[in-house]
Amino acid sequence: MLKIVTAVISRDLKLAMRRQADIVSALFFFIIVVSLFPLGIGPEPDLLRKLAPGVLWVAALLATMLSLPRLFADDHRDGTLEQLALSPYPLGLVVTGKVIAHWLVSGLPLALIAPVLGIQFDLSVDALLVLTGAILLGTPALSGIGAIGAALTLGLRGGGVLLSLLVLPLYIPVLIFGAGAVDATVAGLGGEGHLSLLAALTFASLGFAPWATAAALKIALE
Amino acid sequence: MLEADNLECVRGERRLFAGLGFRLEAGELLYLQGKNGSGKTSLLRMLIGLLPPESGEIRWQGESIKTQADEFRANLCYLGHLNAIKEELTPLENLLAAARMADEILSEDDALDALEQVGLAGREDLACRYLSQGQKRRVALARLVKEKRPLWILDEPFVALDVAAVDWLAGIISGHLQRGGLAVMTTHQHVDIAAGAVRELRLS
Repeated sequence: MLKIVTAVISRDLKLAMRRQADIVSALFFFIIVVSLFPLGIGPEPDLLRKLAPGVLWVAALLATMLSLPRLFADDHRDGTLEQLALSPYPLGLVVTGKVIAHWLVSGLPLALIAPVLGIQFDLSVDALLVLTGAILLGTPALSGIGAIGAALTLGLRGGGVLLSLLVLPLYIPVLIFGAGAVDATVAGLGGEGHLSLLAALTFASLGFAPWATAAALKIALE
Repeated sequence: MLEADNLECVRGERRLFAGLGFRLEAGELLYLQGKNGSGKTSLLRMLIGLLPPESGEIRWQGESIKTQADEFRANLCYLGHLNAIKEELTPLENLLAAARMADEILSEDDALDALEQVGLAGREDLACRYLSQGQKRRVALARLVKEKRPLWILDEPFVALDVAAVDWLAGIISGHLQRGGLAVMTTHQHVDIAAGAVRELRLS
């Protein structure tokens, strides 16, 4: 069972390393969008501290969206998706591998760069730590839920816009609890409650999303 | 043993075929013929379980492929008209990755040997995007060299191959039939496959 997951992860990571432009462009999109806000709003530390969690999380959602259309499209175009669907393992496991690989190249870099960007918003060390933790905990859910949308819009013309319309509303709970954790820390309330809910969302979506994605992929392959 | 019973295929509004059935024993090859759009690829996709038939049933070793999906796929090797190779990876990496995904054991030496047989010696470490169309097809076909699964489903395997490669592939397929394998394939060109009983099915 674990073998197919690791096989898919290692193949996808190798592919991602061969075309790093994809990873780098999503990461720079995140950096630039987040950096535009302090420049546009001006040096008012109180206002910036208030805005920071929302801005960072919305930018993280949009940066994740950027790489979603290609999650299955390349495999679909060159026929590898058929071969993956014909592997003797359940397709849900293959999708789990692809979701984990997607998180490693899209969500993880965002979490690592987020504390640096948070400094622009005058966040305290505690708030920066909670921010990193929240993005680490929340982004796997973004990859998992996004995979469902990517599979449903596979092979559609103009699928990119439709994908955002499908997926962004489903990202709202992650956004609320993710930004809420940082907000609560800034307000001195402690973000543990929000973080546990975020972890629950991630586990639920990683358990459920791959199977919904697999069902959507089977329809796309007919 | 692969059996198809009373298959019906509807694509869009059109019924491509109905009441189609056949029975294929070990060591037999089914040649699927018919003009473009007659439903050859659709039939192949039904046989591999990706396209559910409108009606009818497909059985592998006497049991429906729907009820034993995972075991059936472990006996199946499918080569579509898409090559299923990654342009960014080298032929060797492609071959090893494909084997790992299909849960097959393929050592690096075996993979190198397979690539040498398809005439890609010396190009194992070149990214596939630098290969010609025919060479990419050969990378895809290299999978068949060490393939031990009993049922091969091949969609236009001879496309983009030169004369020598066509003969080589015919040899690989007849070797597979001699070992007691089964094969279903479509092709527009006439190719002599030396061994095994050849059956023909014409779709019209």
